[in-house]
Amino acid sequence: MELLDASLPYLLPIVYALAMISVFMGLCSYSVLAERKVSSWIQGRVGPNRTRLPLLGHIPILGNLLTGLGIFQPAADGLKFLFKEEIVPGHVNKFYYMLAPVVALAPALTTMVVLPFGRYIDVDGVTQPLVLADVDLGMLIILGISSLGVYGIVLAGWASNSKYPFLGGIRASAQMISYELAMGLALLPVFMWAATPGSEYGMSLFGAVQSQQTLWLFIWQPLSALIFLVALFAETNRLPFDMAESETDLVGGFHTEYGCFKFGLFFVAEYAHVIMGSALFVLLFLGGWNFLPGLADPWGGGLIGTLMSVGWFTAKVFAMIFFFIWMRWTLPRFRYDQVMSLGWKILLPLAVGNLVFNTIIIALYDTFTR
Amino acid sequence: MTDILFYIFAAITLISALLMVVSPNAVNGAICMIICFVTTAALFVLLEAYFLAVIQVLVYAGAVMVLFLFIIMLLDVNKDTSDLLKDKMTLGASITGFTLLVILIGSAFAGGQHLPETALLPVIENPTGEGAGIPFTTSAKSFGYSLFTKYMLPFQVTGFLLLAAMIGVIVVSKKHSENS
Repeated sequence: MELLDASLPYLLPIVYALAMISVFMGLCSYSVLAERKVSSWIQGRVGPNRTRLPLLGHIPILGNLLTGLGIFQPAADGLKFLFKEEIVPGHVNKFYYMLAPVVALAPALTTMVVLPFGRYIDVDGVTQPLVLADVDLGMLIILGISSLGVYGIVLAGWASNSKYPFLGGIRASAQMISYELAMGLALLPVFMWAATPGSEYGMSLFGAVQSQQTLWLFIWQPLSALIFLVALFAETNRLPFDMAESETDLVGGFHTEYGCFKFGLFFVAEYAHVIMGSALFVLLFLGGWNFLPGLADPWGGGLIGTLMSVGWFTAKVFAMIFFFIWMRWTLPRFRYDQVMSLGWKILLPLAVGNLVFNTIIIALYDTFTR
Repeated sequence: MTDILFYIFAAITLISALLMVVSPNAVNGAICMIICFVTTAALFVLLEAYFLAVIQVLVYAGAVMVLFLFIIMLLDVNKDTSDLLKDKMTLGASITGFTLLVILIGSAFAGGQHLPETALLPVIENPTGEGAGIPFTTSAKSFGYSLFTKYMLPFQVTGFLLLAAMIGVIVVSKKHSENS
């Protein structure tokens, strides 16, 4: 018992982190299912509706319902990836070939350390975030770590040692550099408004959420929100920006030479990035766990209030994931030069102009209200 | 615990830096450089310079090295490097660099001198900077405060340098029109 008490401060963070990873990976696999179901719905198909688990699937009415919704499909997909024969093509650079899927997934999982997903009111009546590590540089850490994710794609393209994956890798790196810039510049006005002089939040995401209690940033910073959203689509390599794997001109893009579980890792990494991006957009522009604009927190403290804040935040994230999927099956893919000119000639000047405009407004506001 | 972490990260930094220099393969070198940057950021974290650590990862490991890797892959700079030491420029640069390093270490430790050990100033959460100067803190806000007050001139000069570099790149890479 004493040993347990002594080791609890070290054990608890590990338990929390493992719990968060399990929830996150569960979300990843079910967003794959959501992608398949929504795409089939948009295209007038049925989607996965046959996979049935032995016991659970044979409960009279519930079993049929769950099977029809495809609830058991992710388990079948995961097992398929695990039990396929692991093939390593002879012409690849083996070390980087094996490393690339891991490098692609690890940053997406690392960024969730600083991602707040709810709030609780502690014994002193102060609102605190529910987060693994509450640091005042949260946003910068997420930008920094997620910018490492591109190495997975670049290394995969290079290590495959064949033409089309290589082109995919090159495209991914060029696209990443271009859109990172606009993304960072679009975020600056948000934090300039959120971190008013005297506030103690700094660049933490919790501060950004707390500053949206009356008015969501999406409403009064629409340009920032739009630039950030477009850059987010580009950074997650989703259609209409999936230049790295556009299957009509690059076969399969950077993962052409990958199969079985290594391909599965890339697949999961893509959805991990989508979920992280959705959560980030909700936190920054859609008010996080605040209920509605003007009506921030009708639930009060206590356990129920905490659960409601987590639940409301999760609901918003699901809505954003649906938006990601909806866009993918609605918009056609850009041509590569269009992606580049959109990034450099439209988004970047817009972001710079937005920053200058907001700076002037803040300076005027400071001058005339003091 | 911090000491052990410091030795681990310092060892990784030094080994990856060495491997980056001696690696004949350009991509291997670039990867070693990324590892070196990330572990340097880890050392910054151990020094409680969180802002510097994040910027190190964001700018160097995340943006500059992506560009490096992009260029390496695009130009395919994987030529034969066996006669590297015959190149007089490389040899001269190596010798000069090594001599400078020896002089630096020698001047730091020789003749009873040692590296200066400054006492850590107390950490203050939200400095105003009025009157008593700017105290040393670890939060990003005080970092920005001193950058825009005490160190305003160096900051502006750096910005001007970057602007000059940017204009230089535009001038160099601009295509001449047909009639000129």
